[in-house]
Amino acid sequence: MASIRFKSITKKFGEFVAVEDLNLEMNDGEFVCLLGPSGCGKTTTLRMIAGLETPTSGQLLIGDREVTFLHPKDRKISMVFQDYALYPHMNLADNIAYPLKVRGEAEAKRHARAREVADVLKIGHLMERMPSQISGGQQQRTSLARALVYPSEVYLFDEPLSNLDAKLRLEARGFLNHLQRDMGMTAVYVTHDQAEAMALATRVAVMDAGKVVQYAPPMEVYRRPATTFVANFVGSPPMNLLPVEAMIADGALHLKADRVSVAPLPVSRAVAAALNGNSKLTLGVRPEHLSIARGGEANAITGQLFANENMGPEKLVTLERDDAARFTARIFTDDVIALESTVTLGFSSEHIHLFDPAGARLPMDGEPA
Amino acid sequence: MTRYLGLYFTRIGFSVATALIGVFFALPLVWFIFAPFNPRAELGLSIPEPFSLTNFEAVFQNGFAMRGLWNSLVQSVGGVILVGAGATLASYALSRSPIPGKSVITYILLLFSSVVSGSAAMVPIFLIINGIGLIDTQIAVILVFAGGLLPTAMFILRDFIDSIPKSYEESAMVAGASPVQAFFDVALPVIRPGIVVVVVWAFVSIWGSFLIPFILLRSSEKMPASVAIYSFYSEAGTPIVTLLAAYSLLYSLPVVILYLLVSWKFGFRFFGGIKA
Ligand SMILES: Nc1ncnc2c1ncn2[C@@H]1O[C@H](COP(=O)(O)OP(=O)(O)O)[C@@H](O)[C@H]1O
Ligand SMILES: [Mg+2]
Repeated sequence: MASIRFKSITKKFGEFVAVEDLNLEMNDGEFVCLLGPSGCGKTTTLRMIAGLETPTSGQLLIGDREVTFLHPKDRKISMVFQDYALYPHMNLADNIAYPLKVRGEAEAKRHARAREVADVLKIGHLMERMPSQISGGQQQRTSLARALVYPSEVYLFDEPLSNLDAKLRLEARGFLNHLQRDMGMTAVYVTHDQAEAMALATRVAVMDAGKVVQYAPPMEVYRRPATTFVANFVGSPPMNLLPVEAMIADGALHLKADRVSVAPLPVSRAVAAALNGNSKLTLGVRPEHLSIARGGEANAITGQLFANENMGPEKLVTLERDDAARFTARIFTDDVIALESTVTLGFSSEHIHLFDPAGARLPMDGEPA
Repeated sequence: MTRYLGLYFTRIGFSVATALIGVFFALPLVWFIFAPFNPRAELGLSIPEPFSLTNFEAVFQNGFAMRGLWNSLVQSVGGVILVGAGATLASYALSRSPIPGKSVITYILLLFSSVVSGSAAMVPIFLIINGIGLIDTQIAVILVFAGGLLPTAMFILRDFIDSIPKSYEESAMVAGASPVQAFFDVALPVIRPGIVVVVVWAFVSIWGSFLIPFILLRSSEKMPASVAIYSFYSEAGTPIVTLLAAYSLLYSLPVVILYLLVSWKFGFRFFGGIKA
């Protein structure tokens, strides 16, 4: 196992900058998720760790070895590919044992080891099959087995669950989490699914357009998203965001928007600085922090009922405002909610997030900046 | 009712027409199979009576014709090895490396190759081969065939390799394989169906070619079957049908065997990878 360090790494494809000035440190034994929308440079970042892409500039270290230009075979890594990349002409035993074959292990020995790993992954009985003769879930586990069959310093995953159906995906996710607890492996895991990142990561690097916008433990990313982009990407459904007029009066922050009432808030230093000659902020509230207003809430927002979705243990109530912006509340009840055509949602002040006009989070006082 | 009747007759008419066309195309084949066994064969079609192998005896005693078959084999196998190996390596490199303008390279080669293997280039080819002193050698024939067929073979194979995900070799390299190991362990077996198609095509092309060996070779003991077949024409140019038929059958056997072998061993498939 080893740490990974990116030092000012930039990767360009021609003129196109896929990854820009990346500085990341991943500790030994950490499970880092690269999270972001499609095309933001996650796979490129992962492939640079694997040695399948060469950085245009910067330095990459695994442990204390510089590996920037090292061939993949010399990096002591394992990788699970999104399309699994199982060799179609080899049966599962040979597929899983291939890394051992390359290392010159004798056939009996490498097949025994492959069988061991396959048994853990519950595909031991399929060793004679060809990849085309097993299901998608089994293919996924085969590629995982091939990555685990020999000890590596770093394990790389490129959206390994994205080709599975929802139920198998949850199962595989749980297994990966278990594996991480068991092995304490250093892993870099690429996904565009925020739930996967939340579930697996010790730290999440949220990426947008080739840059890391936040690098923090999952709960930190959830509780204190660094930008409106992160707020909008993490959480399901994502955070509700609303542009508001802000002003400071009587030592308190007053936020105003049509059909919204917000109790005056304490003025943090960050807010004071952001409001210097400016009056626009973005207010954010997570759906799970909204409830149907019964009257008397400190803060409330009103609009026309847009959708009332029944999810079983929870309900998603969405209201639409005059400017077509929508606000969704996630309400944990298994009662049916009956609603009028006009809905008011309430929330408490401690659940308010504020962002400056450029989208950066404005920390409350006492909160780490 | 009349509409159905009309439909009915249309169907019958259609079937009769296709059957006639089928028979028309089958006739030469039937002749091809029967004539060699007919000691009195003519150009007309007839069931051999009696069924005899005398034609083959005569052919087997013709040393020039027999050596022709052997020479064809040497030239075809030699050419196929060059084309197969060359096209595999070249198209793999073209497919996997980031050479700018690599499609242009392939297209230009393809364009020239149709010139090279065409009769228009025979004079310059003759002069070049003559210049390097290879006239009247099997090597010359093999090289010219390889040069003419390689670009098309590369074109076909590159398309095939492009359709195979790079992640096969990438996963092999991440697992510890060198590029050469990744090529032989993983890429080559996956590319094999494409190579088989190219090899069969190249073999058949060389096996059937007349002009190139006819021009580049002089001594009769080096001529391939496609040229030797002319030894069954009389001085006046009329074919000795009995012997010609027997020889033609022998001449076509290797190609038929190759097809059978390949379809038994690999199955003729092109795209879609390997099924176990
Ligand atoms: N080999 C390549 N050549 C050119 N552009 C590429 C190449 N690989 C990736 N890109 C571009 O770089 C960007 C980031 O790609 P990628 O890292 O695959 O994104 P992600 O995995 O986050 O979806 C994309 O816009 C993609 O089109
Ligand atoms: Mg990707």
